Amino acid sequence: MSSPDVPTRAPARYGPYIISGILLAIAVVVPLFVPAYSVDEPRLGGMPFFYWYQMSWIPVTACLVGISYWLVSKEDRRRRESARGMTTAEGEP
Amino acid sequence: MIGASVPLAVGDRPINGVALTIVIILFVVVAALGFVAARWRREEATGLHSLDEWGLGGRGFGTWVTWFLLGGDLYTAYTFVAVPAAMWATGAVSGFFAVPYTIVLYPIVFLLMSRLWSVSHRHGFVTPADFVGGRYGSKALTVAVAVTGIVATMPYIALQLVGIKAVLTVLGLGSAENVLLTDLPLIIAFVVLAAYTYTSGLRAPALIAVVKDLLIYLAVIVAVIYLPIKFGGWGTIFDAAEAKLGAVNPATGKPAGVFIPGAGSYSAYWTLALGSALALFMYPHSITGVLATKSRNTIRKNAAVLPLYSLMLGFLALLGYAAIYAGTKPIDLNGAVNPQLVVPQLFLDHFPDWFAGIALAAIAIGALVPAAIMSIAAANLFTRNIYRDLIRPDAKPRQEAKVSKIASLVVKFGALIFVIAMDQSAAINMQLLGGIWILQTFPAIVAGLYTRWFHRWALFGGWAAGIIYGTVAAYNVVNPVTKANFGGSIAAIPGTDLQVYIAVVAFAINLIVAAVLSLAFRAMKLPDGKDITRSSDYGADEDDPKVAEIQREYPLGEPGAPAF
Repeated sequence: MSSPDVPTRAPARYGPYIISGILLAIAVVVPLFVPAYSVDEPRLGGMPFFYWYQMSWIPVTACLVGISYWLVSKEDRRRRESARGMTTAEGEP
Repeated sequence: MIGASVPLAVGDRPINGVALTIVIILFVVVAALGFVAARWRREEATGLHSLDEWGLGGRGFGTWVTWFLLGGDLYTAYTFVAVPAAMWATGAVSGFFAVPYTIVLYPIVFLLMSRLWSVSHRHGFVTPADFVGGRYGSKALTVAVAVTGIVATMPYIALQLVGIKAVLTVLGLGSAENVLLTDLPLIIAFVVLAAYTYTSGLRAPALIAVVKDLLIYLAVIVAVIYLPIKFGGWGTIFDAAEAKLGAVNPATGKPAGVFIPGAGSYSAYWTLALGSALALFMYPHSITGVLATKSRNTIRKNAAVLPLYSLMLGFLALLGYAAIYAGTKPIDLNGAVNPQLVVPQLFLDHFPDWFAGIALAAIAIGALVPAAIMSIAAANLFTRNIYRDLIRPDAKPRQEAKVSKIASLVVKFGALIFVIAMDQSAAINMQLLGGIWILQTFPAIVAGLYTRWFHRWALFGGWAAGIIYGTVAAYNVVNPVTKANFGGSIAAIPGTDLQVYIAVVAFAINLIVAAVLSLAFRAMKLPDGKDITRSSDYGADEDDPKVAEIQREYPLGEPGAPAF
């Protein structure tokens, strides 16, 4: 490398990433587990369970991704501020 | 579809004047917007004379614009036509899988795309193949990714034309006898599209997407509330669908479709959803939408709000069932049944002409947005990864923009000829293959975002293995009625009875080959390519300086660079 690798972020705290990882994994695995919802009853407003159950996962996923966004971006901001604080401090003449 | 269908000469439809007028007015408004877009947020000093400006809209789209742009880009007109058509014809497995597909998509996007954004921001990458080139320093792998992207995108553009065609047919434009007259409106629409894409670049679809998405939401919300009330509730609609899909087809001796998947279809259903979700953001037009955003977090924020489109798609899919209850007759110009006409016909049958006009215009404009973005994305791939990497390594940004503009025209007219000259089913087959092929670029692109463990030539080997298996397996699927090859995208895993999406098996083969070859090549100490990225690049945000501004460095561009 012709220029040094200056870190853009300070080391991570693992907590927020692990929690978001679990939330996102739920949002992927549960809607794909077909045996859990491949039935007609109970219907909702005439709609078979198979259809309304999957539709209702759409807002749930949106919430799970939203929570992950909040967790990760908060930690991301902290890492960035801490990394930039260090470089400016060292870079002062 | 195939030549065997008997032309009954009953196909000529009356022209619906009111609906047609509304479609034409909205089309003109949108075309004007497309040209005006050239002046939107433009840097006066540079104009649109670089790929960053022409091909990525200045890399400055915020959360709102991106929401409309990606919504218009991913949920294409063909989706709006094909998903309800599949529900109408064969039910849940081939149609409703679109719902879990567009659910599991967003966690995946959340994980992957901000890293790709960061490294592309730092190094000025415009295409996924740019990233692969910078990461692995392998021409073969870069070109493989670029060519796969272009080849997979072309039929996708052609399918957008199929979507417009469905609308025009239902409106009464076209006749069974005069082929040129039938295709003329399509040709005009496409010439206008090509012209404003050429002048305005990605800004045109971004601006048009706002209009298109608002129209589509309006049409779907009204239809989803009004039609069930008119037909006596969802219960009667679903009962009619269950009866139709359960009826035995005399040609195959099997039920016509699947109302609720039985145990035998579970694996097909979830692999279709997962494979499609993994593949979608490997398509160049999706990545173009991501790289056009302003900041690292824009795409993550959008991963939480884009599912609103999935909800709309889910309801739209159910309109396929509503059409079963309503007895909609999607008869094409040649007198044959064409399921793709189901949704346009449903709107025309059950709404006042002016509202049907708005809904049909929404579908037609909905084809223009993705077609524009796809042609830009394919053109960028050609410019960056074929023209620059292979022909003119010293191409200046201005030259790149010029080449890309012309390439976008070539791509669009290629798609137009495809649709006019060849059978519609050819475009559909190619699109099916395209989905299988594009997933084979996943290991090179995504693994590279996290690790360089895979060897560049091993990734190339895996890509080739996946493409070959996927193509052969798709060819061997025979349509039970027409006996044609490429009859679907589901096949048994070799050696088992488990029916799954072919792309997923090809992807697994790809990964295994890439891993085994990586171990072998590392043991043989074959050279690694030059990697210009650093671990810090993958976490950089919009406030970090661009590496490309400090040093212009690209391994494939250096004289005497490794050729393979």
